[in-house]
Amino acid sequence: MAATLLVASFVVFGALYLAPGNPASFLLAGRSASPEALAAINAQYHLDDPFLVRYLRWLGDVLHGDFGRSITYRTDVSRLLADRLPTTLVLIAMSLVVVVAVGLLLGRIAAVRGGATDSAILVTTTFAVGTPSFVAAVLLQGVFAVDLGWFPSSGTGEGGFGDLVRHLVLPSVALALYLIGMLARVTRSAMLEALDSEHVTVARSRGVPERQVVRRHVFRNSLGTVLTTGGLIVSTLLVCTILVETAFSVGGIGQLLELSTTTKDFPTVQAISLIIVALFMTVNLLVDLALPLVDPRVTLGSRRAAA
Amino acid sequence: MRTPNTPTPNPPTPNAPAATAGPALDVRGLRITLPGTARPVLDGVDLTVGAGETVALVGESGSGKSLTSRSALRLLPPGAVVEGVVRVAGRDVLTLDPAALRAVRSTAAAMVFQDPRAAVNPLRRIGDFLTEGVTLTGTMGRNEATARAGELLRAVGLDASVLRKYPGQVSGGMLQRVVIAAALMGDPVLLLADEPTTALDVTSQAEVIALLAALRERFGTGLLFVTHDLDLAAAISDRVYVMYAGRIAETGPAEELFARPRHPYTAALLASTPRMDGPRGRLAAIAGMPPDLRVELPGCAFAARCPLATEVCDREAPRPAAAPGRPEHRAACHHSDRLEGSAVDAR
Amino acid sequence: MTAVPIRRPGLARIRAAGSPLHLACLAFVALVTLAALLAPWLIPHDPNTVDLADALAAPSAAHPLGVDAAGRDTLSRLLLGARTSLLGPLGVVAFSTVAGIAIGTAAAWRGGRLDSVLSRSTELVFAFPGMLLAILVVSVHGEGLLAPVLALAVAYTPYVSRLTRSLVLAERARPYVSAHRVQGHSALQICRRHVLPNIAPVVLAQSAINFGYALMDLAGLSFLGLGVPALTPDWGRMVFDGQTAIQHGYPLSAILPCAVVVLTVVAFNVVGERWADRVARRDR
Repeated sequence: MAATLLVASFVVFGALYLAPGNPASFLLAGRSASPEALAAINAQYHLDDPFLVRYLRWLGDVLHGDFGRSITYRTDVSRLLADRLPTTLVLIAMSLVVVVAVGLLLGRIAAVRGGATDSAILVTTTFAVGTPSFVAAVLLQGVFAVDLGWFPSSGTGEGGFGDLVRHLVLPSVALALYLIGMLARVTRSAMLEALDSEHVTVARSRGVPERQVVRRHVFRNSLGTVLTTGGLIVSTLLVCTILVETAFSVGGIGQLLELSTTTKDFPTVQAISLIIVALFMTVNLLVDLALPLVDPRVTLGSRRAAA
Repeated sequence: MRTPNTPTPNPPTPNAPAATAGPALDVRGLRITLPGTARPVLDGVDLTVGAGETVALVGESGSGKSLTSRSALRLLPPGAVVEGVVRVAGRDVLTLDPAALRAVRSTAAAMVFQDPRAAVNPLRRIGDFLTEGVTLTGTMGRNEATARAGELLRAVGLDASVLRKYPGQVSGGMLQRVVIAAALMGDPVLLLADEPTTALDVTSQAEVIALLAALRERFGTGLLFVTHDLDLAAAISDRVYVMYAGRIAETGPAEELFARPRHPYTAALLASTPRMDGPRGRLAAIAGMPPDLRVELPGCAFAARCPLATEVCDREAPRPAAAPGRPEHRAACHHSDRLEGSAVDAR
Repeated sequence: MTAVPIRRPGLARIRAAGSPLHLACLAFVALVTLAALLAPWLIPHDPNTVDLADALAAPSAAHPLGVDAAGRDTLSRLLLGARTSLLGPLGVVAFSTVAGIAIGTAAAWRGGRLDSVLSRSTELVFAFPGMLLAILVVSVHGEGLLAPVLALAVAYTPYVSRLTRSLVLAERARPYVSAHRVQGHSALQICRRHVLPNIAPVVLAQSAINFGYALMDLAGLSFLGLGVPALTPDWGRMVFDGQTAIQHGYPLSAILPCAVVVLTVVAFNVVGERWADRVARRDR
């Protein structure tokens, strides 16, 4: 994982140098500059040094929490992140709770009930999986903020944490919708597979009540499969915050990434990209660590080998 | 209606259900029809396992022997239409409400399945597997159940440390012992063993058989042993049922049935079994295939493969009839009397 | 080694949805494709004619689906938008299919170091969500359809290459391959004549599944203003424009592009999954 992260950081850093033209003019983003200003930029970003030296210096700074200075905001990127990351993390946490609670429940109901309930859930989740988060955001905003006025339509509010949460209800639902559909389907098919196994019949043959059979043998056995989607769920959440935060004008790192991409604020783009990749890998690592707890047949590291 | 030929007294055990007076298992006229088939998979099966008696149910795959034993726990395929009576310790399991059925399943009857690896949830501890039936139905408290599980593990030759292990950490033979111990948790009057040795290696097979016999003796349970292995059936059972295409072809005391088969299918099975002490040479395979479930069978199911078949066999299904002077030995064949003697020569 | 398409989790086994849904989806795919092909001849108005007097007008004979906030005809923009909205994903799928087959086949056939290097890079690309890669590239290259399409194509290639690799590994072990080798056929010939035709249905099913996802990603990018150039009609962009209309209480010009995006993605997903299921069943 460390190696992959290193290569990822190289890609993130190197992307800047794939741009046409020299980095200085790129950093100036079309603004005309006096030779002194150009020299200042060259000095500030160490553009006169060889590429590898600059990369290593940048990497060293990043490891110390220094992501450089934002071109647009004229402040340290780490300050920007410190201001905005908490909002995004709250949004993602709220969304994750909704995804896990509703997704698992729907999948479980679909698998256990079967028949018309199952078909209804399948059709609903087919549409959920086909709805991009920004479409969900715009529609939710229209119905629940503009039409019904139940929730604020944008921003993060001025009040304390409670107000923040109230502002993040619609964004978190918009973010969750697609993943609810996905998780419900994963849970459903994993549970159907578990329902087919003989030990479920055996448990029934021993008088174990059906509710307990579902809980102890079907749902429990589907958790391993569900857990392996954890990395995907979190990375999808992270990426979709870009769209949803923009749609709801929520000042988190997603919106910041969108803003800094349009304003070509490259240090900020680099920092956020790197954070997203790092978070994705961290979650995958956590999933790998947690898997043996859920499934005693899996020993540490064997999932990698099997994949 | 027959009574078991060697009624062993069932020692009264503390957890045994009240109704232990009759046979452990009594199946009468069991007929099961599955959707999309032309004839029943089980067609008028009569079968009795006396208290403490060992009975073997022999047949090739698809003969309905597993379904018969599973019906004792009302483990039926979805969509199955069932007629007849299946009494376990006097209670008709086919008509019980769900709570009463769970009570029967957790106490009166238990099954040892073919493949222990598939039968035990790999994600839960073995101790959990042993105790879940009795604790979740409220038959036993958790502590009592754990204590009994430990005792039973010792009875099957394991020790209580296994309780904390996961199924993946023990061998297949050990796991089958666990499955047997689990079956005994509710102190059943009836133990159903569905080919309990097929998935094991040869050494474990012998151990498991010996263990089952010893436990039956010790706990006084009736044992229905489902197998396709004639020699095994002969070795362990008091009585034998031979099943073919969903019907009981022949039944009788083990020795008698093997010495003087009165159904051509039994005779053919015996002739196709390799023996150490028998004459060397070619084994007599049974020609043809078992009848397809999509085809109706007005006559004898074995007629198409039977060397003795006549025109009456295709037209009329034979009814089970007792051998002269031996009421316990019954065969469903129009030509039982022609067979006797000739089959013995064939061996 | 599994030889079924790598579904995004959860899309495996959509079957119970039944055939009426499948037929409707098939019809919708055909409809959208036709609209994209014939758009220039179908549109009633120039999609970029701004008529502020008519802004946010309700549907009428002149504007069957109403007018957006800038006074542009919604039907014309939807029809023309189908072109960009389908062309982008088509590019992504075409590129990722070709690249994925090449990489996967090479990795499986040559094995050894090449295989491990390619598998490592696959893992790396998996760590970059497609959207993020596209945003990174757009931030460098500026807006335009080509850059995000290429970035997404790179991000989608591992799905195809991993599948191809396992399929080719299975295929290589079959006796006919060694038979042809003994007869002196070159590896390239065997691959082209025998292996590729055998694995094609499964790989193409995977690509069909990828189409819906690529469409979602690209529409999201143009929603952010990072995809197609500003004036080109595009569904994602229309959703963005519609957002202002919604806040003024005129939801129609936002709901229509939203509905079209969702229906198109659902239709392609259902058709693709159905195809993958059929291929998987036939293989068994």
